[in-house]
Amino acid sequence: MSDPTAVASKPHGAHEAHGAHEAYHEELGFWRKYVFSVDHKVIGIQYAVTGLLFLLFGFSLMMLMRWQLAYPGQAVGWLGKLLGDNRMPGGVMLPEFYNELGAMHGTIMVFLGVVPLAVGGFGNFVLPLQIGAPDMAFPKINMMSYQCYFLGGVTMLGSFFIPAGGAAQSGWTSYPPLANIAGSGQTWWLIGMIFLITSSLLGSINFIVTTIQLRAPGLTFMRFPIFVWAQFVTSFLLLLAFPPLEAAGVLQLMDRVAGSSFFMPSGLVVSGQVAANAGGGNPLLWQHLFWFLAHPEVYVLILPGMGIVAEVIANNTRKPLWGYRSMVYALGFLGFMSFIVWAHHMFMTGMGTVMSTFFQTTTMIISIPSVVILTALILSLWGGSIRFTTPMLFALGFLPMFGIGGLTGLPLGLSVTDIPLHDTYYVIGHFHYVVAPGTLFALMAGIYYWYPKATGRMMNDFLGKLHFWGSFVFMNVLFMPMFFLGLAGVSRRLYDGGASYQFAQPALHYNVISSWGAWMLAVAQIPFIINFFMSLKTGRKVGANPWDATTLEWAAPSPPPHGNFEHPPEVYRGPYEYSVPGRQTDFQPQFERA
Amino acid sequence: MTDWMNLPTLATKHGAAIDTMNGVIHILMAILFVGWGAFFVYTLFRFRKSAHPVADHHGVTSHTSTYLEIGVAVAEAVLLFGFSVPLWIKWVDKPPAVGEALTVQVTGEQFAWNIHYPGPDGKFGRQSTDKIDMQTNPLGLDRSDPDAKDDVITLNQLHLPVNKPVIVRLRSKDVIHGFNVPEFRVKQDAVPGLTIPIWFTPTITTEEMRQKTGNPEFTYEIACAQLCGLGHYRMRGFVTVESQEEFTKWFDSEEAKAAEEGSDAWSN
Amino acid sequence: MEIPWTVEAREDTGLNNGKIGIWLFLASEVMLFGALFASYILLRVGASEWPRGHTILNVPLATFNTIVLITSSVTMVMAWASLMRRKFGVFRVYQAITVLLGGVFLVVKYFEYSAKFHHGLLPHTSNFIAIYFTLTGLHMIHVIGGMAVNAYLWGPGAKLYKTNPEWFTNRVENAGLFWHFVDLVWIFLFPTLYLL
Ligand code: HEA
Ligand code: HEA
Ligand code: CUA
Ligand SMILES: [Cu+2]
Repeated sequence: MSDPTAVASKPHGAHEAHGAHEAYHEELGFWRKYVFSVDHKVIGIQYAVTGLLFLLFGFSLMMLMRWQLAYPGQAVGWLGKLLGDNRMPGGVMLPEFYNELGAMHGTIMVFLGVVPLAVGGFGNFVLPLQIGAPDMAFPKINMMSYQCYFLGGVTMLGSFFIPAGGAAQSGWTSYPPLANIAGSGQTWWLIGMIFLITSSLLGSINFIVTTIQLRAPGLTFMRFPIFVWAQFVTSFLLLLAFPPLEAAGVLQLMDRVAGSSFFMPSGLVVSGQVAANAGGGNPLLWQHLFWFLAHPEVYVLILPGMGIVAEVIANNTRKPLWGYRSMVYALGFLGFMSFIVWAHHMFMTGMGTVMSTFFQTTTMIISIPSVVILTALILSLWGGSIRFTTPMLFALGFLPMFGIGGLTGLPLGLSVTDIPLHDTYYVIGHFHYVVAPGTLFALMAGIYYWYPKATGRMMNDFLGKLHFWGSFVFMNVLFMPMFFLGLAGVSRRLYDGGASYQFAQPALHYNVISSWGAWMLAVAQIPFIINFFMSLKTGRKVGANPWDATTLEWAAPSPPPHGNFEHPPEVYRGPYEYSVPGRQTDFQPQFERA
Repeated sequence: MTDWMNLPTLATKHGAAIDTMNGVIHILMAILFVGWGAFFVYTLFRFRKSAHPVADHHGVTSHTSTYLEIGVAVAEAVLLFGFSVPLWIKWVDKPPAVGEALTVQVTGEQFAWNIHYPGPDGKFGRQSTDKIDMQTNPLGLDRSDPDAKDDVITLNQLHLPVNKPVIVRLRSKDVIHGFNVPEFRVKQDAVPGLTIPIWFTPTITTEEMRQKTGNPEFTYEIACAQLCGLGHYRMRGFVTVESQEEFTKWFDSEEAKAAEEGSDAWSN
Repeated sequence: MEIPWTVEAREDTGLNNGKIGIWLFLASEVMLFGALFASYILLRVGASEWPRGHTILNVPLATFNTIVLITSSVTMVMAWASLMRRKFGVFRVYQAITVLLGGVFLVVKYFEYSAKFHHGLLPHTSNFIAIYFTLTGLHMIHVIGGMAVNAYLWGPGAKLYKTNPEWFTNRVENAGLFWHFVDLVWIFLFPTLYLL
């Protein structure tokens, strides 16, 4: 289905030197160029940098908490002065403040850190390039999407400074009735969430339309790079899973602001006072609506990561991905299944046999496509000529880390073994292995891999490797002990890390190890931050295709000009034609005619 | 099989099966991970650029991995239908007859556990929110109700006879709490508006446990598992498992106390 | 730089960008109202007592409003059809009527709401009243949104017709799709809240 109009475009090799071509570039002032830009690349970078800063912020919150967890009640004078007496009087953290930090860490990491970086950042910057599009289908909507995200972020941050009790304190899950009777920070949280939901709706519509409509001639779906497939599936998850949370948010807002009792059963007695509301509501309704979003959401956290890892592995093994088709089907199946497993977060809410059997079964089924994808990625290494570049190291690190996180999902997915493990640090360990050394590593791989495309310069390789090994070691020092804490029965969300419980005493030292892991992990990020900014100036200048890669983004100059390609590219073959027997170069780009 | 997991010392009948299953799963996970990991590391070593400068366009051609994946699926199916579902049915659908079990009502509130025994008549007295008094009557028990006369209410003190099934009827006054006794392998959210029954059979008395663990202060603890506010971390109850005789003795003394309080409780 | 397929359809998909976009948006809207209807059912099933809608709500007014909305959907179609026949004047008229009918709907709703407030029927009275306000309120926001778009296409937005009538027609069509959806939601709301 090649498009006749584009046949004219001359095939153009990967090694041509490129300066930024001004071909499509109309001159814009600073504001329209960098702040209110409608260029998908600028928006992508805005998303990515904001996301990274939020990751750093969410991390900092957690480093505070980790002190309280490792050394409960020990004062840190200067922090007390810094954060004020309503948070850390005399340098000792208040339980309210701990809960605040916990809830906001979760919210920020998921909704303001990883998703904006993975979908908003990489999706916006890479996806249109990888499908040979001049921009997103709706550039203005794209800009609005970022602005809604920004407003959501501001709302969330602002809530920390509310005099009446500060930010939300009921966990990122905001279970009512607790969230209903909580301080006004919860209202801000709900409003912030509505901004973020709007943002991702606008974004996901844009991604889907762009992918379907703006594909370069010759780029059939089965010639998509895995990353495009991942973003495509992810967008559907965002599009269809977020509205129910929006509904839930509206209902909780009504409960809090208008005094309805959707989530408030009759006869509540809060600290001796009979609750004023009419009652007749159902607290579990919230949990169903929340997890109907939040489970697909966790796959939103992982799929783009898997996509990035696939790209990097194909490029650094210099061979095609093994089982491309099975991966594509697995991604689609994963996306579909993720809508019918949500209640595996609710096994302990008093679930009957029928329901628990159904959700255990779907949960076991959904683990299979993940196994398929992981297996395909690992088998892709076999027979390769593996280069251990920085992006490759992070991509390789992802595999076993996601393996640990995924495997520990299995005992949680069976309602019976979930009894002792539910709401313990085992759960915390499980999902941090998938999101932190899992997704975060994948995102880091993506940053090192596409940085030259975005800036025209390489990141420093030595600092990169330093960053990887530091992160790899300390991520494990940080999260591995959580499994032992969890098996010992220590609950999550405990202000003192379990110190008040006798049965927890033998396990408490794990808290200390874990905390030092976290702080050392922060140190390990320093080379990255230096590298990230320094390379803008000092990084080695590169051409269009520094990695000798095959996918379309490498046909555009680095950095690509407004409008991306000098000649509308055309696609002649699948995404990973590396080491094709009988060719002089070991890679054959999609955009090369012969 | 589960020693290496350092689980809290097991102290109920149904718990053994849970632990076994947990052990089996973790061993299976370990096998998978080590298998995959070994292959992974070996591949990285064997196909590094210096050792294998030219990549092979086709890579793996065998179908072994497919069989492996089917293997994983089968293993999961076995765990699911062989262990998990039957155990869940046993735990949820087959509670002991009220006759041979002791029934207790446990009501969570920020941040304490109210324990309510029906007494010899086996009937829980009427409760009404307007009778609630934080100090003297946290559950709002209506002492004028004949069923309530022999009821016993304690704060954070759950006494249980050993080797006798217990049915705990879980409730909450305010927000969601999590009833959780690690040694019992029991965990269940207490959801306001619902009364959720769970049951188990303690097999080891606190005394025996003290010898077993070599910890003279040992007590079973109820550790709230669900975030319920700023006091969540200290919402701690205590369970004493004792012989039937000790239990009866304790219960009678509590009842005596209740009688006195009761007398002035219904004068107002 | 030009974004392809904003106006004419791409050969292999047979659709233009806007068309796919609006359908995706409607899909997410379905999930939104779907979730709310599901919540309604759960709440009602769980409730100890739940009033029949007509005992509290004003069925005649709502019936009238239903007719108003359906009519406005018809005029919306006429507006689009007249654009297809490149009859811009006729389009203006029908478009105006559509917006005005939306206005009528809002006025009626205003009286309905104020009556409730007057009788002290507020969200904290009962979950029935609460879900009534939530669902109709959310729907009303959609009506206002739809009116805003239609008014824009009637007024300033209509400039596009001079330069690119086909593109403008597509926009009206998409606005129409949204308007029909809003109408459809009401057609579900009406029996659920007022009759059952
Ligand atoms: C990216 C996010 C992500 C991902 C991918 C997953 C994946 C899975 N999750 Fe997880 N989960 C979360 C994020 C995620 N989860 C979060 C955030 C929570 C907590 C929310 C909260 O309560 O706050 C949670 C909680 C959670 C629970 C609730 C626990 C509880 O509260 O009691 C359950 C229960 O079923 C569960 C199950 C699973 C399962 C079965 C998978 C499966 O999809 C996993 C399948 C993958 C595998 C089986 C691995 C296969 C790969 C290999 C074996 C290869 C090994 C490779 C090498 C050795 C090189 N998860
Ligand atoms: C995507 C999700 C995500 C991620 C990535 C993380 C990352 C981390 N999490 Fe988080 N966590 C959650 C989601 C996440 N978490 C959720 C949902 C909860 C549950 C909350 C609740 O109970 O409600 C939770 C809870 C949670 C707890 C339990 C608290 C409790 O139960 O009381 C702990 C405890 O240690 C913890 C620790 C950490 C740590 C140390 C990291 C570290 O891995 C962080 C690592 C971060 C980085 C390495 C930053 C890298 C970025 C930079 C360095 C920026 C550079 C900037 C530029 C270049 C511009 N988390
Ligand atoms: Cu009660 Cu936590
Ligand atoms: Cu889940």
